[in-house]
Amino acid sequence: MTYITKPKFHHPGLPKNALGYTHRDYEGSVSTLCAGCGHDSISGAIIEACFELDIEPHRVAKLSGIGCSSKTPTYFLGNSHGFNSVHGRMPSVLTGANLANRDLIYLGVSGDGDSASIGLGQFAHALRRGVNMVYIVENNGVYGLTKGQFSATADRGSKSKRGATNTDNSIDLVALALQLGATFVARSFSGDKEQMVPVIKAAIEHEGAAFIDIISPCVAFNNHMGSTKSFDYVREHNESVNRLDFITGRAPITVAYEPGSVEVVEQHDGSKLVLKKVAADYDPHDRLGAMNFLQRHAAIGQIVTGLLYVDPDPEDLHRNLNTVEPPLNSLAEAELCPGSAMLEKINASLR
Amino acid sequence: MKPTDISSPDYFHKVVDCQWACPAHTPVPEYIRLIAAGRYSDAYMVNWKSNVFPGILGRTCDRPCEPACRRVRVENEPVAICRLKRVAADFKDDIRSRLPKRAAVKNGKRVALVGCGPASLTVARDLAPLGYECMIFDQDPQPGGMIRTQIPRFRLPESIIDEECDYILDLGIEFRGGKRIDSLKALLAEGWDAVFVGCGAPRGRDLDIPGRKQAAANIHIGIDWLSSVSFGHVNRIGKRVIVLGGGNTAMDCCRSSRRLGGEDVKVIVRSGFQEMKASPWEKEDAMHEDIPILNFLVPKEFTHENGRLTGVLFEKVKAEYDAKGRRNLVPAGEPDQHLPCDDVLVAVGQENAFPWMERDIGIEFDKWDMPKVDPTTMASTHPRVFFGGDAAFGPKNIIWAVAHGHDAALSIDNLCSGLDINDRPTPMVDIVSQKMGIHEWSYDNDIAPDRRYRVPLRDKVVALRDIKTEVELGYDPDLALKEAHRCLNCDVQTVFTSSLCIECDACVDICPMDCITFTANGEEADLRTRLRAPAKNLTQDLYVANDLKTGRVMVKDEDVCLHCGLCAERCPTGAWDMKKYLLDMTHANDQCRVAARSAA
Repeated sequence: MTYITKPKFHHPGLPKNALGYTHRDYEGSVSTLCAGCGHDSISGAIIEACFELDIEPHRVAKLSGIGCSSKTPTYFLGNSHGFNSVHGRMPSVLTGANLANRDLIYLGVSGDGDSASIGLGQFAHALRRGVNMVYIVENNGVYGLTKGQFSATADRGSKSKRGATNTDNSIDLVALALQLGATFVARSFSGDKEQMVPVIKAAIEHEGAAFIDIISPCVAFNNHMGSTKSFDYVREHNESVNRLDFITGRAPITVAYEPGSVEVVEQHDGSKLVLKKVAADYDPHDRLGAMNFLQRHAAIGQIVTGLLYVDPDPEDLHRNLNTVEPPLNSLAEAELCPGSAMLEKINASLR
Repeated sequence: MKPTDISSPDYFHKVVDCQWACPAHTPVPEYIRLIAAGRYSDAYMVNWKSNVFPGILGRTCDRPCEPACRRVRVENEPVAICRLKRVAADFKDDIRSRLPKRAAVKNGKRVALVGCGPASLTVARDLAPLGYECMIFDQDPQPGGMIRTQIPRFRLPESIIDEECDYILDLGIEFRGGKRIDSLKALLAEGWDAVFVGCGAPRGRDLDIPGRKQAAANIHIGIDWLSSVSFGHVNRIGKRVIVLGGGNTAMDCCRSSRRLGGEDVKVIVRSGFQEMKASPWEKEDAMHEDIPILNFLVPKEFTHENGRLTGVLFEKVKAEYDAKGRRNLVPAGEPDQHLPCDDVLVAVGQENAFPWMERDIGIEFDKWDMPKVDPTTMASTHPRVFFGGDAAFGPKNIIWAVAHGHDAALSIDNLCSGLDINDRPTPMVDIVSQKMGIHEWSYDNDIAPDRRYRVPLRDKVVALRDIKTEVELGYDPDLALKEAHRCLNCDVQTVFTSSLCIECDACVDICPMDCITFTANGEEADLRTRLRAPAKNLTQDLYVANDLKTGRVMVKDEDVCLHCGLCAERCPTGAWDMKKYLLDMTHANDQCRVAARSAA
């Protein structure tokens, strides 16, 4: 907890985006999380991503559940909409909000407790329905708010801060997301902003269910020897499959890449993902291949990061339900009650 | 880039911009904190030790510290460092018991000091407590030199001059007022162990244009006239006054004229208003007293009738810049302008003059007829003669004179102790963590967004009525506290320990000024472009630390750091700490003679 007020002064040479904002304009209030928490770096990356995408803050809705991670929406995008829901129920609140107003950018922020334990069912159904959202799990493998018990994502065999060994199998949310049909699946690490920021930007522009699992060391309870979610362990076992450059539809690709070293993925909205291959044989469009790759590396203790799977032409909930283009919350009485003549017509068609 | 060597005393000293810019290296943030704590006497003593004349400088200093203040780069206006110094002087208790004691035993060494201005007084103050017998000679009956003769009373009351000169003279220093030294040769023959020349730059430059002789009765040399006013020999001036010149002396002349009967007083400068030598605040003060400043007018002739001055004829000029960017004043091609007046004050600069210094006694002069003086030791080419203040390198200001005085005192002490005068002691440096506990820091790290507070002034009508009425009222304790809160505590340093860092980015994310970046190392020019905010101010250092686990370097741009301590507050491992860095210059003092000074 920090009691010093963050001064309003900012660097006089700070860059401004197309809206005339600096990245400081995308901040929230000062974090009350433990000093050094990985979650704060993720907040920082979200701020960077929204700043760089020139997003108007009022076009974003941040939704979260309960937990350290779910507190973080207070610490970024202070001028955006927010909803702090019941424990594990963020996905259904988000789905409802998205159905009511498809025009906003939905940012679901959750943690391993909120999504892999109490909210596992909610997590599964939101992904399965293809809600157009960015679903970020800030994954530290422990229950930080209750002093560091293993969470459902803690690896079997890893050690708690007080020395106990985890005997339960872990849930891999990335594997689940792939299996459940998410159209954008990535994993990153809070200690690597260069990877995080473009991944978050790409996920925001992705018009479908985007899931990002971000390993985020808990400095208070899960950053010791024997942990598999500590800064040191993740840095040593990080197996990055690719590095992403995110390019919006407006900007042409100006950087020259060595032929064969990159793959350009054009998304539905015209934005381009330039993937610099790290693992030469990795194909980010092969859902089954990605699942295999993930499991193979997990078995030898490696943490696969990068953009693992992307469907360039995703289908989302609204497309599947065939809803109208204007947001439902903007439909007035005239559209919603077309009159008795129309009712007669409908009734007649059902007879 | 190579990792920064923070053990070098200069590195962190430079971060304290105000202290670094101060010729005497006064620990500014230290005394401002004391003022905020209401410890005025302590704040006064911090000043007294380093700049000798806190009450005087708090009203008259040229403030090289203020343009350097970080606050200028962060918002707009510097902390009112100078006027806070005055607060310490105004509200202190009786501090006489805290001054050095007269030396109980004399060391048998005798030092003669020529001129009783700030330079000589500083030398004597440093040497007298060590047992030196100091004798100061001055042509004027009272001590103070230009402080007394050239600064008008409405800026600096006589009581302040008396008080601060007395603190020094009471250390057992002999003052010979009204004793003009006419021969350095004769003085040296008296067998002094060292002679210090602190006689100032006593000759005001004249303006030799037609009519000067004929109208001489109403044309006065600025600094001589100020001196006459100061000693009460002059107490009237004509209704219409023209002041020629654009320096601080001109500002004192015009404002004094307004108080001695001048109703239509003008300042006229050759150059543009912007390029005037006077400090911006002194120009403001003059204009506040309804004194217009006319620019781009070159005096051509004093007009006169029957031996009486009638005005000044000016040629209109404009500025032209040549290919090298040098400015030339060329005729504007407009008709000359005649401005009528009753009196003219000529304040177009002052010069050194050493007619009393024989040229065959071993003191070498350069081509400008200035003595050759070593800028570190203040030594002349004569082994026993030292210079300081305006006498050394031409007109500067009081705070430079004080700095020279300290350096000369060190040299004289070394000389008289049989040491090499080139052995300069290192400054005293103290660096202490400000962490008191979790989330507790022993300094006020809340950054005040307030703009600079104006110093209250006396009502203009009242102020102009009497030349001895001080115009500035000074901050009251409430205003002083608010202004003190604007100080950014630049001496509380951000100190980084690589071995403790886990590269969690907490400091990067929290830093309000985007000062901190973790990135791949590179050459400085390249690194400066790759930081979170571009580091374009090349006068400010980059703090680089290596040996991080990922092989990157931590780079901190010192330029606009607020010293708010948020990096240390959000650091989970204590890799960042806030440490107060107190640097005190070592003055003449036989207890801490250390060979080889490398810093400052």
